Amino acid sequence: MPDAAASDAVPSKTQNRFIAALRDAAFVGLITAGLSFPLIALRAEADMNNHLELQQRWSWLVSATIAMAASRFIASIFDRLVARIVGVTGVWLILFAGGTAYYATDTHPGVIAGCVLAGLIAIGLAAALNRSSVDAGRTETRPAEPSRFYRLDTSGGSLAGNLISIAALGCAIAFPLVVLAWLGPQGSLKWINNYGVQILIYVMLGWGLNIVVGLAGLLDLGYVAFYAVGCYAYALLATKFGLSFWLCLPLAGVLAAFWGILLGFPVLRLRGDYLAIVTLAFGEIINIVLTNWVDLTNGDAGIPSIPRITFFGLPFTAADDGFAARFGIEFSPIHRNIFLFYLILALALLTNFVTLRLRRLPIGRAWEALREDEIACRSLGINTTSTKLTAFALGAMFGGFAGAFFAVRQGFVNPNSFTFSESASILAMVVLGGMGSQIGVALAAAVMIGGTELLRELDFLKVLFGAAFDPSQYRMLIFGFGMVAMMIWKPRGLVSTRSPSIFLKQRKAIAGALVKEGHG
Amino acid sequence: MRWLSDPLLTVDHLSMHFGGIRAVSDLSFTAGRRDITALIGPNGAGKTTVFNCITGFYKPTSGRLAFAREGLAELDDVAAITRSARRHARMASGDIYLLERMPDFQIARQARVARTFQNIRLFSGMTVLENLIVAQHNILMRASGFTILGLLGLPPYRTREAEAVKTATYWLERIGLLPRADDPAGDLPYGDQRRLEIARAMCTDPVLLCLDEPAAGLNPRESAELTKLLCAIRDDHGTSVLLIEHDMSVVMNISDHIVVLDHGVKISDGASDFVRDDPNVIAAYLGVPGDDTTAEQRA
Repeated sequence: MPDAAASDAVPSKTQNRFIAALRDAAFVGLITAGLSFPLIALRAEADMNNHLELQQRWSWLVSATIAMAASRFIASIFDRLVARIVGVTGVWLILFAGGTAYYATDTHPGVIAGCVLAGLIAIGLAAALNRSSVDAGRTETRPAEPSRFYRLDTSGGSLAGNLISIAALGCAIAFPLVVLAWLGPQGSLKWINNYGVQILIYVMLGWGLNIVVGLAGLLDLGYVAFYAVGCYAYALLATKFGLSFWLCLPLAGVLAAFWGILLGFPVLRLRGDYLAIVTLAFGEIINIVLTNWVDLTNGDAGIPSIPRITFFGLPFTAADDGFAARFGIEFSPIHRNIFLFYLILALALLTNFVTLRLRRLPIGRAWEALREDEIACRSLGINTTSTKLTAFALGAMFGGFAGAFFAVRQGFVNPNSFTFSESASILAMVVLGGMGSQIGVALAAAVMIGGTELLRELDFLKVLFGAAFDPSQYRMLIFGFGMVAMMIWKPRGLVSTRSPSIFLKQRKAIAGALVKEGHG
Repeated sequence: MRWLSDPLLTVDHLSMHFGGIRAVSDLSFTAGRRDITALIGPNGAGKTTVFNCITGFYKPTSGRLAFAREGLAELDDVAAITRSARRHARMASGDIYLLERMPDFQIARQARVARTFQNIRLFSGMTVLENLIVAQHNILMRASGFTILGLLGLPPYRTREAEAVKTATYWLERIGLLPRADDPAGDLPYGDQRRLEIARAMCTDPVLLCLDEPAAGLNPRESAELTKLLCAIRDDHGTSVLLIEHDMSVVMNISDHIVVLDHGVKISDGASDFVRDDPNVIAAYLGVPGDDTTAEQRA
């Protein structure tokens, strides 16, 4: 890369570096302008009479020049690749907002403001990343210090972690109320349901699978089967026997755990690829049974009119005995969605709480030890059979809870919701988040599900790319690029360090390189 | 001669065949209570196979492994258990286990036989302290009410966990790794990892500690420290030690009893002086003068 020479030539003085970066940016802008003149600014197009006509697009040329120059400026001023990428993304977001404001005047001002804000945050983050890399570089040059793990200040490290968790929790709790206050009952429905509830379902599924894959190191490609078991458990128990959701929720968990143990038994001796194949097959078996056992499940047509959620017995209807009437507020369908949001939030937090507790209990340590070395576990008197089965059962149980929730939220289920691609995306969240890390998995779920939904919001892109352009059709492509980028720069996931479950004097994060992924 | 008067482990006619390969054939020896028993022999003699049979990682083809955990076992008692289908019986003298009938983790949990491995098997992504806490899994599991009481955060588990940390701290002090308690085990130097593996096995509170080449890859100073540690384990904790080792300085210094294997067969058995001068042992290690076939077999 030519910019490497330009930026490395003056690494010491910030002043010099700033000027050098400016010069660099101007140079790139000039080249872009020169190249854009024949390629972008002038365009030959056939008119109605099939005569070529020269179109002039000077605003395009200016946009391209500014974009390239600004990107190059950011790229030259930061050292670290991650900082460069984040910074350039920020610049593009801001330019994008500007372009949208200029071309698509009917765009919601909130979107533009959001883009500008996100861009500024990204540039700030890039600066922070760059600074931390400079510090890390300094410690690495010290020969005595082992560079394979990071020494974290106990109080500071855990405090920062706690602060992030508390802030995230606060945001999650406030989210529906803020959205409701901002956009009103009509506008907020999409945000609470499509974003909030959907993301939290996957956060919970990711946390559930994290027990099996992240902690116990057992690669499970059929996790969606337990989600399906929980879902159909509620759907069938509620429609055939009229059981209430609050009774079915634990039942769904128990049934899913039972199936988890049932799957666990035959795969106890399997490792790695073989385990993955058998769990994959299990997921498919459940899906095929649900499709073909028409008498019970109604096959592909699915189970309609599953009883909706009630507020502990009060239905969310406009009737006199409904939730709204009883509490003396005006009826709105948003009430149910807000309740669903808090319900899934509570379920997800329960999953998180139990997992964090288990990590500090002997069973959780045995899971992690099993992931590290199964033979050593056996030599220490740990029953690996029951350890594996509890991991499968607990992971499945949380999947079952999420499934029951899914059924009560949708009001309709059919086997198409439980395909392999669901399993794969839940697994992708665990892997992208960093195996075993709760906050990483939650982050990955939010990015993957929220990001996919956000693509639907980018309608203003049609102004640039034509009316037929549908960004949400590119989600798998973008997702694929994201995966590749992650595997190159963060192969162990967003949170690649492991936090020890107990410490004597100081809690030091363990580098991902030392932590094993498990043998299957 | 404690291995004859008060045997802890009695190996009777142990054979282990892998297809046509007879790794161990018809091996009988005893390991005395509070003895350090060394199992030596040239490469491929079947020492590790014997270890794997004792610790349950292999199911022996035939033979009996009687383990008298607390006191001298009457031969009649052992015979009675052998005839019954049971793997364990509580006799007047204490518990007797037939190890060949038990799965590996129960040998460690109930008979209390701990082991280390030839290629170190630490939990490298867990801290030194965590390694030692995992070793106390079964005690902690009971204290946590099989997870249920622990999940509720009740105090009995917390006090038990504090005791477990105390045990771990004690062993870390013994092996001189206390300052590195919060570092990942995979970051330790090789010699420290070997000692940590022994400490981890000791945290299971074993009656018999089986060490597979504990001095391999150690420098002379570390070997001397190891010798001291093993003697302390025997003398201070009353734990018997069964040892596979190639380093003769370690073996001859600390062993109360040496069993020599060659090609899966016992060729010598006795105190170190006896074994050192045994012509069979010399022949196995150095070859017999003028006997070229033996030398070829070695190669």
